[in-house]
Amino acid sequence: MKDKFINLQTHKLMVGSIDRRKFMMSVLATGLTVPAALSLAKRAEAATPKSGGLFRMGIAHGSTTDTLDSATSENHFTLVNGYTFGNNLTEVNNDGQLIGELAESYESSDGQTWVFNLRQGVEFHNGKTMTSEDVLASFNHHMGEDSTSAAKGLLTAVKSIKADGKNKVVFELDSPNADFPFIVSDYHISIRPAGDMASGIGTGGYIVQSFEPGVKSVLKRNPNYWKEGRGHFDEVELISIIDPTARQTALMNGDIDAMDRVDLKTINLFKRNPNVNIMDITGTAHYTFPMRLNVDPFGDYDLRMALKHSIKRQELVDKVLLGYGSIGNDHPISTANRYHNSDMQQREFDADKAAFHYKKSGHSGKIQLSASDAAFAGAVDAAQLIANSASEAGIDIEVVREPKDGYWSNVWNNDAKGWCACYWGGRPTEDWMFSAAYTNDTEWNDTSWKGTDGSKRFNQLVKEARAELNDDKRRELYYECQTLISDDGGSIVPLFNSYVSANSNAIAMEENVAANWDSDGAKCVERWWLA
Amino acid sequence: MGLVTLSVVSIIIFSSMELLPGDFGQAVLGQAATEETVAAFRRELGLDQSAVMRYGQWISAALQGDLGTSFSGRNASGVDRSREVIDLVVPRLRNTLFLASVAALIAVPLALILGITTALFRNSIYDRSVNIGTLTTISFPEFFVAYILILFLSSLYPVFPSLANVDSDTQFSERFYRTALPALTLTLVIVAHMMRMTRAAIINLLASPYIQMARLSGATPTEVIIKHALPNAWAPIATVIAFNLAYLVVGVVVVEVVFVYPGIGQLMVDAVSSRDIPVVQACALIFAMTYILLNLLADIIGIVTNPRLLHPK
Repeated sequence: MKDKFINLQTHKLMVGSIDRRKFMMSVLATGLTVPAALSLAKRAEAATPKSGGLFRMGIAHGSTTDTLDSATSENHFTLVNGYTFGNNLTEVNNDGQLIGELAESYESSDGQTWVFNLRQGVEFHNGKTMTSEDVLASFNHHMGEDSTSAAKGLLTAVKSIKADGKNKVVFELDSPNADFPFIVSDYHISIRPAGDMASGIGTGGYIVQSFEPGVKSVLKRNPNYWKEGRGHFDEVELISIIDPTARQTALMNGDIDAMDRVDLKTINLFKRNPNVNIMDITGTAHYTFPMRLNVDPFGDYDLRMALKHSIKRQELVDKVLLGYGSIGNDHPISTANRYHNSDMQQREFDADKAAFHYKKSGHSGKIQLSASDAAFAGAVDAAQLIANSASEAGIDIEVVREPKDGYWSNVWNNDAKGWCACYWGGRPTEDWMFSAAYTNDTEWNDTSWKGTDGSKRFNQLVKEARAELNDDKRRELYYECQTLISDDGGSIVPLFNSYVSANSNAIAMEENVAANWDSDGAKCVERWWLA
Repeated sequence: MGLVTLSVVSIIIFSSMELLPGDFGQAVLGQAATEETVAAFRRELGLDQSAVMRYGQWISAALQGDLGTSFSGRNASGVDRSREVIDLVVPRLRNTLFLASVAALIAVPLALILGITTALFRNSIYDRSVNIGTLTTISFPEFFVAYILILFLSSLYPVFPSLANVDSDTQFSERFYRTALPALTLTLVIVAHMMRMTRAAIINLLASPYIQMARLSGATPTEVIIKHALPNAWAPIATVIAFNLAYLVVGVVVVEVVFVYPGIGQLMVDAVSSRDIPVVQACALIFAMTYILLNLLADIIGIVTNPRLLHPK
């Protein structure tokens, strides 16, 4: 009761409905001491967004082929830039929840027909009011035979889009998909004015002033931004700084205010700088060691189990990621996903279990594990560590060092190699991740997990879950999917790597930071402010 | 002569491209590379034709000023947003030339003055300390010099920015301010060579009989060097300056990376790692041209300042 009251008062102070004096009076009345109340007030005031200033961000990507057309967006630079000047129908907020963005609300009764009610009176940077016509044009930009959009695959299930008046859009899908509102938050499907998809006119909090591909993007605040409590900086510069040392030097010298991708090798020295805050967020990106079920001996369930039990996961996180990551449970769904199965028991290194399953499989002799740093930085080291821990269980693993060139065609997803190292960027929804690498119809099913009973059940569950609108039932289905992959599947997922970024002390943000992408869901520009 | 060299160089550039390991199709398509997509990709880019044919096409287009279209920008999803090589190269080249000129404007006069004065006061403490100073800076790798400058001039005493990211809209004064540290780094790296050469060339001449004559006629040491020795020393000095100016254009990729300067060196390195052959070839050709032109210029200066060279014995 008391906590609730204090929280309420803190919130009132933050939004400015009471002043500091009134706040102190009211919280002191609850029996709090003066210093405690003062520090509470200070915290609340620091958390109040302030408007103004210049924000410069160094981004580890950026290429001379970048454009302002969201259909071509493919790296973190274009992602951050796109979310800064444009909006989507929906967005993932900093708590990880899906909320309406340009759509005020959305609904579906069967998962097949989706109705999006558009926010009214939103203006593009060129002064035009956003209507259903623009939404239609923006979606058609990614659809149809001739579209070259990177989001084409996401929208193949859309049968038709119709405008119902100026402020309503109706999507007809060819089969039910409960994730559809999630899909439209994808950074490719930005809403732009009809007839102008490429010049960088959006409805976002910032207006593009100049854009030089591979170098930088300069933006200024949109004075008419419709979204409340977002877009605090006056001016923004997004700078492509690919060299990690240059990026870190720039942050230490105050030439930039924030950066992504801290170099883990120097992070301990970097951290000592009093101006630098390190942010470490578990996202969806993960490292895997896929075993191909159609290649001997990996078709054997017990052999796969033996290998899954012979990995010291925490050691890999500590040595390969220097602690900036978390351990995986042999399925690709991270804690940043909505339906992460937290009930499942964490698989640990267990020499006895590994030896038991290994003996049961009847296999003898060397098992080859192919690795190259093309898969991920430190992949060869990780493979060596696995070979070491497996030898404790009496399993003989030979690490084969593969050339970087052609790794993705000659080694990964290739029947010539049964077991290798791999990297997945992760996907924002369970369905998307499963359909990318685990269902039987995807070309990227790198474990060739197709014929087993577990896989049959899995494919059926994924289809069922896609059409299920009830959240609890969906959760149940996805929990089982994760268990199936973890037990029967061919992939070993020992670690999830964190997004490690840094910002200067001058930057403030809300307590919750989004994990769907690096840089606060790639929306840091509109969410952060200068303290 | 320059043209012959250039055409030989173009053949060398082209054939070394052929020797690059790896395949562009696979480098671009990455995880999505299957045998068919790679083959289709090679066909689309004309990589399935013979090397001689491709060389002919490239060189004839390049002669007409058409450097072709960049390979990159075609990704797995089939989006084609590749840019003309010329559009990629020209703004970067402009930046590189700007940095090179700023560095040259500081370094060349400085080197000449130091060279002449050290020749004038040779073996003095001044001479020794200038020699030690310049040789020290040239002995360190350039990234080290760069980081030392960042440490002192932007971390401890924030005078200049450590990021030199200019763009086409940057005002001239701002551009000059931002390029200060990279220009200073380059100055420290090249000044020793030019200064030592100037000094050596002049001292070499001071032993000649005509200098003795000038001295006997009563000229002061300064007059002897400026009026009598320097005109004959121009040829070797010009050669060294040309060599260093060429280095400022073609060899500064490390400095560009450290200061995040959008120059042509970075463009070329990125292009090599992504196997973007047209861009690499264009950059290599520009570099070769820079070298050849500057050396030509040095030869002309040598001849103009020493007319005897026009009349072979």
